[in-house]
Formats: sequence, C-alpha cells, structure tokens
Amino acid sequence: MSSFMSYTIFGLFSGAAYAIAASGLVLTYTTTRVFNIAHGAFGMVLSFVFWDFSVRQGLPLWLSLVLVLGVVAPLIGWFLQRFVVRGMGEGPVSVSLVVTVGLLVFCIGLATYVWPPEARSVPPFMPTSGIQLGDTYVTAHQIITILSSVVVAVLLYLLLTRTRIGTAMRASVDNPELLKLFGGRPDRVAALSWAIGISLAALSGILLVSVVGLDYYALTLLVVNAYAAAMLGRLKSLPLTFLGAMALGLLTSYSAGYLPPDGWLNDLRNVIAPLFLFLVIVAMPQAQLRVGQVKGIVSAPLPSLGKALGWGAALLIFTALLTGNLSTANLLLVGTAATYAMVMLSLVLLTGYGGHVSLAQFTFAGVGALAYAKLDEPNLYGLLVSALIAAGVGALVALPVLRLTGLYLALSTLAFAVLMDKLVFQADFAFGFNGTLQARRLSILGTSITSTGGYVLVMTVFLVLMSLFLLFLRRGVLGRVLIAMRDSPAACGTLGLDMRWFRVALFGLSAGMAGLAGGLFAGLRGTIGANDFQFFQSLPLLLLAVVFGVTSVTGATLGGIGLMLLPVLQSNYPSLAGLMLVIIGFGAVLLARDPNGLANLMFKIGRFLEARFAPQLLAKLPVLPGRGSILDEVDEDPLDASFDHNQEVPAHVAP
Amino acid sequence: MSLLEVDDVVVQFGGVTAVNHASFVAESGRVTGLIGPNGAGKTTCFNVISGLQKPTRGHVRFDGKGINHTPVHRRAKRGIGRTFQRLEAFGSLTVRDNVRVAYDIHRGVAGMVRPAAANIDALLERVGISQYAQERADSIPTGTARLLELARCLASEPKLLLLDEPSSGLDESETEAFGALLQDLAREGRGVLMVEHDMDLVMSVCDVIHVLDFGEVISSGEPADVRADKRVQNAYLGYSDDADADHTRTDLEAVHDTTLIPAVEAQA
Repeated sequence: MSSFMSYTIFGLFSGAAYAIAASGLVLTYTTTRVFNIAHGAFGMVLSFVFWDFSVRQGLPLWLSLVLVLGVVAPLIGWFLQRFVVRGMGEGPVSVSLVVTVGLLVFCIGLATYVWPPEARSVPPFMPTSGIQLGDTYVTAHQIITILSSVVVAVLLYLLLTRTRIGTAMRASVDNPELLKLFGGRPDRVAALSWAIGISLAALSGILLVSVVGLDYYALTLLVVNAYAAAMLGRLKSLPLTFLGAMALGLLTSYSAGYLPPDGWLNDLRNVIAPLFLFLVIVAMPQAQLRVGQVKGIVSAPLPSLGKALGWGAALLIFTALLTGNLSTANLLLVGTAATYAMVMLSLVLLTGYGGHVSLAQFTFAGVGALAYAKLDEPNLYGLLVSALIAAGVGALVALPVLRLTGLYLALSTLAFAVLMDKLVFQADFAFGFNGTLQARRLSILGTSITSTGGYVLVMTVFLVLMSLFLLFLRRGVLGRVLIAMRDSPAACGTLGLDMRWFRVALFGLSAGMAGLAGGLFAGLRGTIGANDFQFFQSLPLLLLAVVFGVTSVTGATLGGIGLMLLPVLQSNYPSLAGLMLVIIGFGAVLLARDPNGLANLMFKIGRFLEARFAPQLLAKLPVLPGRGSILDEVDEDPLDASFDHNQEVPAHVAP
Repeated sequence: MSLLEVDDVVVQFGGVTAVNHASFVAESGRVTGLIGPNGAGKTTCFNVISGLQKPTRGHVRFDGKGINHTPVHRRAKRGIGRTFQRLEAFGSLTVRDNVRVAYDIHRGVAGMVRPAAANIDALLERVGISQYAQERADSIPTGTARLLELARCLASEPKLLLLDEPSSGLDESETEAFGALLQDLAREGRGVLMVEHDMDLVMSVCDVIHVLDFGEVISSGEPADVRADKRVQNAYLGYSDDADADHTRTDLEAVHDTTLIPAVEAQA
C-alpha cells in the first residue's frame, strides 16, 4: 500500500511538472499558431542557466529563480516572438516546424558549447524537509512542485478571464486580424504569451532537473510528455491539458512500479509518453479542409532531363576517380554521405515537394537497415524487400493520422521515432540492447561487390538513379498534383482528389526511399546497431536538408555531404562540437522561409555565370563531352517543352 | 426530382447563425442565381453543398441521394464542381497545368493517363483564356483567374457547377460573353448555381433566382418576380419605403457596390 502511495505521489509530482510545461506550450500555440517543438529544449537551457546562477556562481536560490523565471526566460520568449516566429503562424506549417526544430538543435548546441559535459547536479528545493503521509515520505520538493502547478493553473485562469490583456489573448486565439481592428495589439499579446510560455518551460525544467539530472537530451525529450498532455487538450483547453499531464504522470509512475521487470512489457515503461501522444493524436477528430491559400510557397527548381543526366554522369565519374585514391576510412565517409543524401532525397519528395515534415526519416532508414540485415539476402531482391518493408512501416505511421493535417502528422512521426528508438530497435528481436547485427555487402546479378570502393560507387549509382526517379516524378502527374495540393488543398478536394490516401502513399514512398538508403548503409558498414539510427539524428538531417535546399536534388546531395562531415568535424574539434549544432540550428531558422535553400543560391550564381561566360566559352569549345550542350538543352528536350514554362530552369543543377 | 435539393439547412458558427433554415433547389439545364447582401450566407451555402462545411442541421440531396455524410472528394466525383470567391487557383502552376491537374485528378491519379492536349486547349479556348495558357496562375488578373477556376472545374465534368462570384473582375464585354457561356453550359445539360453581385448579369442569364438574407431564403422565382418582390428590395435597401430613394442609393452604392438599385427603381 505504501508503495502505491509513493508511486502516486511521484506520479502527481511529475504530472504537475508536465502540466506546467504543457500549459506554456498551449499558451504559445493558441495565441500564435506556432507549435514550439523546442519548448523542452528551452526548459533544458534555462535549467542550465539556473544551475549556473545558483551552483556555479553561488547566487542565493531565490535570486537565481527570480532571475531565470522573471528576467532571462521572458526576455528569450519576447525575443523569439519578436524576431523569430512572428508572422509564421499564417504560413505553411512545415516552415514553423522546421524553425522550431532548428531552435531545438540550436539550444542543444548552445548548452553543449557553454556548459561542456561534466558531472553537474541541481539539488532539490529544501532537500532536508518533507512530511510523513502515513507510511509515505513526501519530499518538500514534490510538494512545492505540485503546489506550483496549482498556482500556475490559478494564475493562468485569472490572467485569461480577469484581465484586459488576457481577454485580448483569448480574442487573438479566434482572430488576430479582428483584434487589431478593435484596437488590440496581437503582437504584444503574442510577445506576452511567449514570455510566459518560456518561463513555464523553465519552471518545469528546473522542477524536474533534480530528478532527471542536467542532461541535454533527457530534459529536451521530456517535452514529448508535454506534447502528449497538450494534445489531450487539443492544444486549446488548459483544464484538459492539466488533466492529461496528471494522467500521464500517474501512468508513467505506475508503469515504472508495476510493469513486470522482464519481457516486452518492461520496455514499455520507457515509451509511455510517446505511446500516449500517438494514441491521443490518432483519436483526434477529423480536420476540415480550410479555404484560403497558404502563402509563401516557393516552387522547386526543375532541371531539364538532359542536364540532370549529364550531372548524374559527372557525379559518377567524379566518385569513380575519387574511390581510386581514398583510404578505406575515407571511402566509408563517402558512402555515408551518399546514404545521408539518399535519405535527404526522401525528404525532398516528402517535404520539398509535398510540404509535409517528418521527424523520423532516419528511423525509416533504420527499419530498412534492420530488414536488410535480418533478411540476410544480400542482393537486389533483399534490398527491394527491405525498402518495401520500410515503405509499409511509413504508410502505417501515416495511416492512423491520415485524417489530420501537417502538425499532427509531424508529431506522430516524432512519437513513432521515439517509440522505435526505445522499444523496437533495442529489443532482442531487432538489434538488441546496445547490440549490433552483421550485414553482408550487396551482390548484383550474382556479382558480389567486395571492395569498399566498388560498393561506394554502387551506392552513388543508386543515388543518381533515385535522383532521376524523383525528377521524373516531379515532371509527371504526381509532381503536379503535389504542387496543387500545397497551393490549395480545398480546390484539390473539390476537384475530387482523396488527399488522405494520397498522403499515405507519399509517406510510404518516402519511407521506402529512406529504407533503401538504410539497407545500402547496412551493407556498407557491415555491422550496424540501434545507435546508428537514434531518434535525434533525424533532426540535423531535416535541418541540413532545409539549409541546403529541400526542394532540389542538388540540395539533398550537398546536405548529405554536410551531414557526413558534421561528426567528422565534431570529433576533430571537440570544443566546437556544440557550436556546429548552433550554426545548423541558426541556419535553419534563417533559411526555413526559403526551402530552396543554399542550392538555389548556387543555381543563381550558375545562371549568372552562364549568361556572362557561356557564349564565349562555347564559341571556343564547341563540344563539351559528357554534359551535352548546355544552352540548347531546354529547347531540344521534348519532355521539357510542355513543362518548363513556369519553372525556373537553373543553369547548373547537379543531381 | 431536382438535381440539387438544399433542405432546411442551418449552419451556426458559435452564436452566429450564418444559414437559417434555408431550402432551395437547382435544376439541370438551368442557371440558378443565389443572391443576397454581403454576409447573407451564400458562400456558406456553397461550402455546405460542396462538403467543406458541415451543416448544423438539415439535408443536402444531389441526384436524389442524400450527401450529408459524403466527403468532399466523393461529392466532386459524383458531379459537384465549384469555384471560389477567394481564389483557389494553383498559383505556382501555369494556367494550362491548372486544368491539366484537374484532368489528372478526375481520371484518377493512379491511371496516369495523359489527357489529350486538345481537351485542355479546347477548355481554355471555351472560357476565353487561351492567351494566358503559359502564364503562372498567380500572375494573371483576377477576372481571368476566375475563368481559369471555371475551366478547371469543367475539366472534372461536373453535373452541377457552383460558381461563387464568377464575374467579378471582368469588364463589360467579357461579362456579356461570360453570360452567354453560362447559358450554353446549362443548355448542354449541366445545372449551374451562381452566387453573383452583378445584377444585370443575374437578371439576364438566370432562369430562377433565390434570395438569401440573414441566412434565410426570403424570395424565390423568376427574375422579374424576384425583382418586384418587396422583401427583396427591403433586404437590399434596408427599408421598403422609397420616399428617400436618393439617399438610399448613395448609401448602397457605397456599401454594396451593386447594380441592383437602378433595376429595382426601374421597376418601382
């Protein structure tokens, strides 16, 4: 009985902390329509700040608390609203998702840079006090936390119902434009919500840190619990959010206490929150199609077929020359870059063309790799089956949420990624806990490719083929319909398109591409494990894809190289490891509004150079072997004639 | 049996009743007008018919079958096509590709059958926007974009066309040609239901007119009858007494920008 009591108290304690975080999330989302994926990450950074004030600099506890909650956190919130997320709520949801994922990675990078890993701890509040409740000892910290959540609930209620600005907040939930017409100032309302929201994230982080520990990732991921609670309130209702948080806290605590210590039920205790999140999302009601176009969509550049073939051949020749002169370690890096580039290609299809954000793309690659290793059929057939399995899993993730819109789809991929990471990949039937699996290299038509150089070349061939396949899709019916769906879902619906199944198919296709990359990667490495496909890796993947250009094949290739270089640079310059994540996060925040990314900049430079120098150059060199004649291409290609009028035709587009 | 029957439909947004027990029908082979002052609930009716808005109560029947629980895309497959008051053209595609997408969707994306180019061109020709075929849809004038939406809608071969203010943005001669086109489209057997503010157009092309005010159908009938109806004049003028007609006229032209007034006065 006493153990039941203590589990209950612990559940209420953690539920209270989740409730505080979740209410901040709901507040910022309802007033600005930006769902802050980085909510927990800010809580994490601010917990570090709190540690810095109170432990490292030795300020009194109350002063550190006041400084963090009353000054630093609100300032950050105000700054974010003013300079980062303002106006983003009306744009495509993919942009605000990418920006807040950027903020998340930024926060993790910042924390690692400013406070490099070392043993730190924040003591609980009033560590020596507590009360005896029957046979159960309740610490003062637990009581303080539960009381804080009650105070937060009451204060939020009073703010929203009894004050002018609170009324303006509720009004801006309904219609910020109208609020403006009536003399309200939606921007000020939004800034205040963000200030309060980040403060609440900080409070929740500080309350939890004595239990969870000062860890970059653990605190950041605790936000999944807050997401889950907020979803129960459908991102609107604060009372339901509190209820959800408490239920989740108790559920987590009881499952920690009562689930059997072995078997798959044991693993379940680590994934209560993502499971809860997933189920709540599945239970959400059908979204209605909204009339009103989404503004600010930039269409992806599209190279002519001949040009794409030419650059594909160039990339192959370049890789072939490269593989002859590289050490095995460097060859592995090139192969890794090709893998990342292929996974990013799957994002080009899903995010760049389709406008959906997936936070689990690397997990799909993991599924492909797992299937490839388990099947032990190192040939094209085995690779294809692995890709199909990954595609099926991708479709299964999208299936339950096919009625819902972008944000929920993205969050369900996040829940799925965490589930796979903690529940499936580490299970005995998969890689095993900290375990690995052997995978043999692919053999094509009976010829086994044993040399690493040859294998890397084969991977490049796959990369080029995938790129061409994507460009082919983009030119055809699928490409046009995808653009139409982004431009006006309502019009697509009234023309008779069943977008739900279309979305599932798109997700499946994209996951299949990632799975194929994963299978090839398994063959390249020979030994793979759960650590190769951790959930967090999908985030820099998404960000780098956006930074380099998620709408083009070129962007994916460059992004793949960038992502491959990231850990190399990080291990060469360990002191700057955090800073690199900061730069990636910052870059994503800057560039998310233009998904054409850096690749587009290259295209512009290419076009400029071509216009400037190509005529003279061509006069001197009438034939450019391997690339075709650059200038005549557009007119010669029959496929192009009907498609390219509205597209930018970049001069230099590498596949 | 009418092609479309809207039966006692109510739509409430919170405390606001946008459509209040509205009932009206639209027939095949005829142009039906749905008019009323701004905010009368016309577009909401269109949203209910095309499935973008669930009615609070009431029924919509199409081709004799209730479609209350039919999702948007399936209503389209059954033959309800629409255009939008606030444009919903696919801005980053060309005019031609806008229509091509509609064909793709209509024929089933899985089929991947390419429509004969002639079909698309014929449609563009028919609504009179061939010269814009290669332009991006977000770069063409509003009136042209409305015609594009009509062409796109026609590509899905609807039995019923819902046109939401199709003529706004067109000049006088274009409007005239558009009126003739509408009558042709109806004569070929389609039902046309049109929300429109240009009363000259409405009065000249519609076979039947329904007038909505504050969500209620206050008058139905042939153009001449509707024009003479005191309640209609009331709805548009604010009061039926024409003692102060001059004053009313300036007010209304400023607010509604409608040409109903001269017509009404001509009658009165």
